[in-house]
Amino acid sequence: MGLLSKKDAALITDPFADNNPITIQVLGICSALAITAELKASIVMAVSVLFVLGAGNVVISLMRNIIPSKIRIIVQLIVVATLVIIVDQVLKAFAYELSKTLGAFIGLIITNCIIMGRFEAFALANGPWRSFLDGIGNALGYGVILIIVGFFRELLGSGTLLGFKVLGDPIEKTGLYAFGYENNGFMLLAPMALIVVGIIIWIQRSRNVALIED
Amino acid sequence: MEHIELFFKSIFIDNMVFATFLGMCSYLAVSKKVSTAVGLGAAVIFVLAVTVPLNWLLDQYILKEGALVWLGPEYAEYDLSFLSFILFIATIATMVQLVEIIVEKFSPSLYNSLGIFLPLIAVNCAILGGSLFMQSREIPSLALATTYGVGSGIGWFLAILAIAAIREKIRYSSIPAPLRGLGITFIVTGLMAIGFMSFGGMLTGGDEEAPKEKVVSSKKVENKEDLKAKELKKKELANNSKEIQE
Repeated sequence: MGLLSKKDAALITDPFADNNPITIQVLGICSALAITAELKASIVMAVSVLFVLGAGNVVISLMRNIIPSKIRIIVQLIVVATLVIIVDQVLKAFAYELSKTLGAFIGLIITNCIIMGRFEAFALANGPWRSFLDGIGNALGYGVILIIVGFFRELLGSGTLLGFKVLGDPIEKTGLYAFGYENNGFMLLAPMALIVVGIIIWIQRSRNVALIED
Repeated sequence: MEHIELFFKSIFIDNMVFATFLGMCSYLAVSKKVSTAVGLGAAVIFVLAVTVPLNWLLDQYILKEGALVWLGPEYAEYDLSFLSFILFIATIATMVQLVEIIVEKFSPSLYNSLGIFLPLIAVNCAILGGSLFMQSREIPSLALATTYGVGSGIGWFLAILAIAAIREKIRYSSIPAPLRGLGITFIVTGLMAIGFMSFGGMLTGGDEEAPKEKVVSSKKVENKEDLKAKELKKKELANNSKEIQE
């Protein structure tokens, strides 16, 4: 990675673990929980946030010296809303079915706290290149959690991954189902997303004792 | 009747926090103490009650396909709904700012208790979510939109009040160290959401689509969940009464 100095690389790698936006900074929970019943939706959401946060951080960082601090929230909201409209229109054009399932949650990227949080905390004080890296890093950290939760919920809830029946066919009783395995429909319901994230936090903090709250 | 049904539906069945996970960020961040939770909850009710009907008007007369027909027949084919995100969020941000100024001018005491939360609300997903769900569920009239706004706000208020009460007590319990704080809050919220799912059967009385067999078989499960919900409610009530005494 000749392009990146050590400090810059840390901007990308830190949010993966010790400064993860979801499990440590507690930002952007809403969408992380609502759309993770399927792995595919989780991936699309992660990519959308990656685009919005990467591009938004650069735009805000370029404008940081001309935004009056009193109206900065409205300016930030307008920038995000524009980017989200682009994502929404692209999804409607190329993946209509998926945009139906995601529904209002694409629009809710606007109020995803990760985005406002990174604008406020980073892009307003740093140059475009570093802001871009920070945006990408945080969006990846967010995406990783989303994909982990989506993976387990889809695998245990409907026995599929990205729509492929990896555990066998539940109706014809092939694969695991031949041994009496049943899908846990409960995993598809909303409350289980919270509990899965809770367990991820548990595992992460028991591996890294420094993160424990008192 | 329609109003009552929508009202209770938006409080319990489609509860903002437990069914759609909206406003989770501030729900987790501001629920350490009951008193601050009440302040934020009240502000959310207020802002939702104002912005949802306002955005309903915008949706009906500007954004929807054919909504511009009041300008003249040549505008009938315009469909501006792709602009709804930007217009909704601009309305919300302006309204929040406006509400802040008005409250500060006319009721300084209310401002002192609500004031710090108002700017937070502009980026609360529950507010934008309220408007977006209002749009996608195609709520038919202005009055119903207001009911929906108020109901969702009260649902959010109940949720944050309950979790704040539980978090105040849970501090004295012995929880595995890595789970303390955020982790246990997530799991408790999950359990509360399971409890709230039991309300799902509350308004299906006149629902002809629900197959009969399913109702019978799910009754047992519902009963269990009802118990859980009752327990939670008891906890909530006990905490509330304590708070009043204090």
